[in-house]
Order: sequence, then structure tokens, then C-alpha cells
Amino acid sequence: MQDKRRLLLKSVLGFTAMVAAVTVMPKLAMAKWSKAFDVESMDEALNDLYGSNELITDDRITFKIPEIAENGAVVPVTVKTDIPNVRTISIFAGKNPQPLAASFKIPEGTEANISVRIRLGETMIVKAVVEADGKLYTTEKEVKVTIGGCGG
Amino acid sequence: MKVKAKMKKGLVVVKVLAKHPMETGMRKDKKTDELIPAKYIQELICKHQDKVVFEANFGRAISKNPYVAFSFKGGQSGDTLSLTWVDNTGETKAVEAVIK
Repeated sequence: MQDKRRLLLKSVLGFTAMVAAVTVMPKLAMAKWSKAFDVESMDEALNDLYGSNELITDDRITFKIPEIAENGAVVPVTVKTDIPNVRTISIFAGKNPQPLAASFKIPEGTEANISVRIRLGETMIVKAVVEADGKLYTTEKEVKVTIGGCGG
Repeated sequence: MKVKAKMKKGLVVVKVLAKHPMETGMRKDKKTDELIPAKYIQELICKHQDKVVFEANFGRAISKNPYVAFSFKGGQSGDTLSLTWVDNTGETKAVEAVIK
């Protein structure tokens, strides 16, 4: 009897450990994903992501985004730049619940030229931020949204 | 996940379309009036010969069925690319694509 109870206890403990391992695993896999995606202010998101919120406006960034987006759920964005030594490119939609939409790492050999589709909840200014040589360069555009992309 | 990789003027041009609901966690189910739990891709990585050539981190503001395009130097027609995404629930998907 005693033995059986031990055995049961062991299997219960084993199962608990397994569940714990499974629930912890995704966190490890997401270790690189920044909490900047969860914050509600753009400055805070910039600080979390880059440790700075000082942006330098630079016209070497080509930022393609429609002026009028009929459907805020799918807004095509392209960011391209001639600035040398680009390390990351990020896109911020200031009036979305969480302003940081996407952040791209650009390793050496990869072009500083990316396209993605984002959601915009309402008419707002969208910023592209390019990190190069420890500085943050930016350019922005206003997008008029006819139907917001966050409702449902 | 659909991937198209093509040589163009010495660059490998990659276009990716991932099939994913990209739920923000802020949307309500119309019938039950309950919030649909968040489920969105957080990370998408592309490797060429074990070297990371592209890494995208996404928030909730990325459209359903995310599309990304990028290009890099150093690849050749016939090479294999491996792409992986991970979402906030830990679900992951990996595919390989051959450069045309």
C-alpha cells in the first residue's frame, strides 16, 4: 500500500514538473521579443527598445505608406534607406493601443529595405525609425483611415 | 507559410506570407460578446546557411496573415532558406524554401 502511494505521489510530481516545463518553454523561446511591444506610449516603447527616445529626422529614409487607407486592417508599408550601417528598422503607429507595430533586425549583408502590412485603428501619424551607428533616424507620414483596423 | 525567394540583380529577394489569425486580444466575439484571446506571431526568422539574414519582431498591429518582404546579399539560386515563426502562445512553424 505504502509503495503504491509513493508511486502515485511520484507520478503526480512528475506530471506537475512536466506541465511547468511546458508553460515555461514559450517564455524562453520568446526571450528576444521586447516588452516594448506591450507599452502604451511611444516614448516608453523607444526607451525599452533602444534605451533612447531622441529621434533625428532624416530625408534619406524612403517611407512608403498610403495617404488614405480605406481599410485600416491592412495598410502596406515599405521602409527603405541609404543610411549606412543600419541595424534595425522599426515602425510606430502612435495612436494604436500599443504604438510599436514591428521591429526588424537587419544583419550585415541584408538590405535596409523591408515591407510589411500593418493595422491602424484610426487616422494617425506613422513613424519609421532607423537605427544606425547608435543613432535613431526617423521620418513620418500621416495616414487617413476610413475604417479602423481594430474593431470587429 | 508561403515563401518566394528569387535572385534579382545579385540580391535574394524574399517574400513571405504566413497564415495566422493575428488576434490582438482586444477584439470581441460578436456572438458571445467575449474577448477573443490574443494570438499573434512575435518572431519570424529567416536563415541562409545557418546565418540569420532577417529577423522580424511583431506586435499586435500586424495584419492577419502577415506579409513581409526583404532582400539580402550572398545567396545563390538553388540555395535553401529556412524560415521559422513563433507566436505568443508558443506555437511555432518552420518551412524551407529554395532560391529560384
